[in-house]
Amino acid sequence: MDNTAAIFANRNFKIKSINAKKFALWLFIVSICMLFAGLTSAYIVKKSDGRWLQFEMPDMFLYSTLVLVLSSIVMHLTYLKAKNNSLKAVKIGIASTAVIALVFFYMQYLSWVQLVAQDIFLVGNPSGSFVYIFSGLHLAHLIGGMVFLLVIFLDTINYKVHSKSMLAIEMCTTYWHFLGGLWIYLYLFLVMSN
Amino acid sequence: MSITDIQVTDELVHDDDHHEEHHEQSFIFKYIFSTDHKTIAKQFLITGIFWAMIGGGLSIIFRLQLGFPDMDMGFLQPFLGDWISNAGKLDPEFYLAMITMHGTIMVFFVLTAGLSGTFSNYLIPLQVGARDMASGFMNLLSYWFFFLSSVIMFVSMFLSTGPASGGWTIYPPLSALPQAMSGSGMGMTLWLVSMVFFIASTLLGGINYITTVINLRTEGMTFRRMPLTIWAFFITAVLGLLSFPVLVACVLLLVFDRSFGTSFYLSEIFIGGEALPNLGGSPILFQHLFWFLGHPEVYIVILPALGITSEVISTNSRKPIFGYTAMIGSILAIAFLSFIVWAHHMFITGMNPFLGSIFMFLTLIIAIPSAVKAFNYITTLWKGNLVFTPAMLFSIGLVSFFISGGLTGLFLGNAAIDINLHDTYFVVAHFHLVMGSAAFFGLLAGVYHWFPKMFGRMMDEKLGYIHFWLTFVGVYLVFFPLHYIGIAGFPRRYYSFTNFDAFSSFVDLNSFVTVAAFITFGAQFIFLFNFFYNIFKGKKAPLNPWNSNTLEWTTPRVPEHGNWPGEIPKVYRWPYDYSKPGAKDDFIPQTVPYHQTKESNTDFENEESKKE
Repeated sequence: MDNTAAIFANRNFKIKSINAKKFALWLFIVSICMLFAGLTSAYIVKKSDGRWLQFEMPDMFLYSTLVLVLSSIVMHLTYLKAKNNSLKAVKIGIASTAVIALVFFYMQYLSWVQLVAQDIFLVGNPSGSFVYIFSGLHLAHLIGGMVFLLVIFLDTINYKVHSKSMLAIEMCTTYWHFLGGLWIYLYLFLVMSN
Repeated sequence: MSITDIQVTDELVHDDDHHEEHHEQSFIFKYIFSTDHKTIAKQFLITGIFWAMIGGGLSIIFRLQLGFPDMDMGFLQPFLGDWISNAGKLDPEFYLAMITMHGTIMVFFVLTAGLSGTFSNYLIPLQVGARDMASGFMNLLSYWFFFLSSVIMFVSMFLSTGPASGGWTIYPPLSALPQAMSGSGMGMTLWLVSMVFFIASTLLGGINYITTVINLRTEGMTFRRMPLTIWAFFITAVLGLLSFPVLVACVLLLVFDRSFGTSFYLSEIFIGGEALPNLGGSPILFQHLFWFLGHPEVYIVILPALGITSEVISTNSRKPIFGYTAMIGSILAIAFLSFIVWAHHMFITGMNPFLGSIFMFLTLIIAIPSAVKAFNYITTLWKGNLVFTPAMLFSIGLVSFFISGGLTGLFLGNAAIDINLHDTYFVVAHFHLVMGSAAFFGLLAGVYHWFPKMFGRMMDEKLGYIHFWLTFVGVYLVFFPLHYIGIAGFPRRYYSFTNFDAFSSFVDLNSFVTVAAFITFGAQFIFLFNFFYNIFKGKKAPLNPWNSNTLEWTTPRVPEHGNWPGEIPKVYRWPYDYSKPGAKDDFIPQTVPYHQTKESNTDFENEESKKE
């Protein structure tokens, strides 16, 4: 046993309050919040500046929001299943969350199509551009969430997710709920300021 | 089900052990793709030194242009090629490119990555008593994103159209329209790409620093016993975490304006008599977003330097830091205020004067915590048994710059005076002293102070003294005259002033500044020699060369991966027990329990010792 191994054998990483990885995830979430806080305040500043084009938000955004809420519910049930060690249900749960997320992707695309039908393009008055940026950037973060889902799906197949090893799925659930909450915030923000 | 489950768990545990027993490091993983915080810190340091020489070198070239506008710069043709015309003149566009690169490099690559990257990485685990960062892998990514960002920025300087040239603040519409200037083409694109990687690096690093400070402190290391260095790095990382994402938002919209034709920042622009299609945007929006990062950024630069100074001054005054709690309070106050003063960079954008006076008021409040810090440094030095190591001299130099540069902040923070002084050399003098030179001195103090721990060898003190005096005097000779030049009305970023009769009486002063800049820059080569030579040939360092209290000096001379060979030491006291009345030595390390120091304990500490 070499020296390094000896060090790591009796390492005493003290966990004071919260698991370090979970805490890091929360910090990551804080930084995403700041990103969108920056963008939405830019929206407010720009709007108050005038030369602002008002338009109706596509209905599809409302339906897609509901779909994303549904995915969050499924994810949460999956998390509870993992606590009960029903691994088969966990696999189905993760897969369905991912499928619902894909539906959400498609519905966001349809919302864009509706926007285009309203003559609101990415290029044009910033009031329209912001909608594309908000929804697009949210989808970019959702891709990260999908990768996370894939990782815990593989973990589940390899029996690494169960009642005594909940960290990964817990973090994934947290992130997934966050993405849901983020979109609800963006949706309400856009609807209320239009 | 549960039986399977337990077997699975056992297997996993076994698997982990198995992995750790074979924890051998090949050369590549030990020195290049290392996850060890000490190696990563050295990588940040050496990359930072490289960038500092490039950034400093650029400033020397444009100082030549400013000090000696009639000079024949033909001798620079081997380095700058076509940027020097055949008549020996510097290309005006390249002048703008150089000031832009100088600012970008110094603010981000040297004083953010080089300073926080080096010392947060190096000192956080060592001073809080952790084996390594919370996530070694994220730390590795942090450095290599920075490296990638560095490579991209470096490459951009060799483009035939030149690197980004719109100033380090990259204000649109200049930066948004490739047809506006040659540097706003490919150079600007690479600048943006490079900064995206840079921000990713900073966020990965910052998340790690915060997590490590919160989660991995050793037993007894309460927040009230943390060295001020750690407090400073911790709050710096929080600032970065909150402000850099806003820069992402800002840059993202700029990327869309540049590459996809949106109009977030652009409206009603004519170029060459031709109207652009963009309507409805606002360049002021960019400034709001940019300075919401930009202002905290100056504290991201200066706070670590102040933290290092606190530690170095206390150690070398052989006195506890004066006002430990006030020091923490002032760090927190500065951090908080830094988010609500950004518009003082924008007084002349036509903002509502009432709004301007609110931002002015908030800005001037920063003087209070800053003065608390300056006061506490001076009172720590007062009647101390001062040990003038090079690190101590650089720390005192920092305090000097922080005060003399901070005073002019009071002028610039006043909206009424700022209208006159905005974008003049007065501003240049102000921030180069209070932020640039002060933070740079903090960086150097840190290198001199922790070099023995980093490389297990000592730097040469005499060379350190020569380096200090030349740099200290040089910095004042460079930046003090700039105040006068600024008050006289010289706008910053101008290529040449020879066309203005009013400025002709300042030609000599400008030449003087350039000569001083040469001496200051030249002195840095003494440091370079001292640094690189002594990594290999220096005198072997004792375990605790400065008789310091903090945990890093309880490690072996050259700490291995994992930092302490045995148990992580426990902490029993705060880090500033210097010259405690009654104690047999003039320092008591944090690892010494109270029950071993009966002779110097206060009543309260005697009570504490019963609990140990």
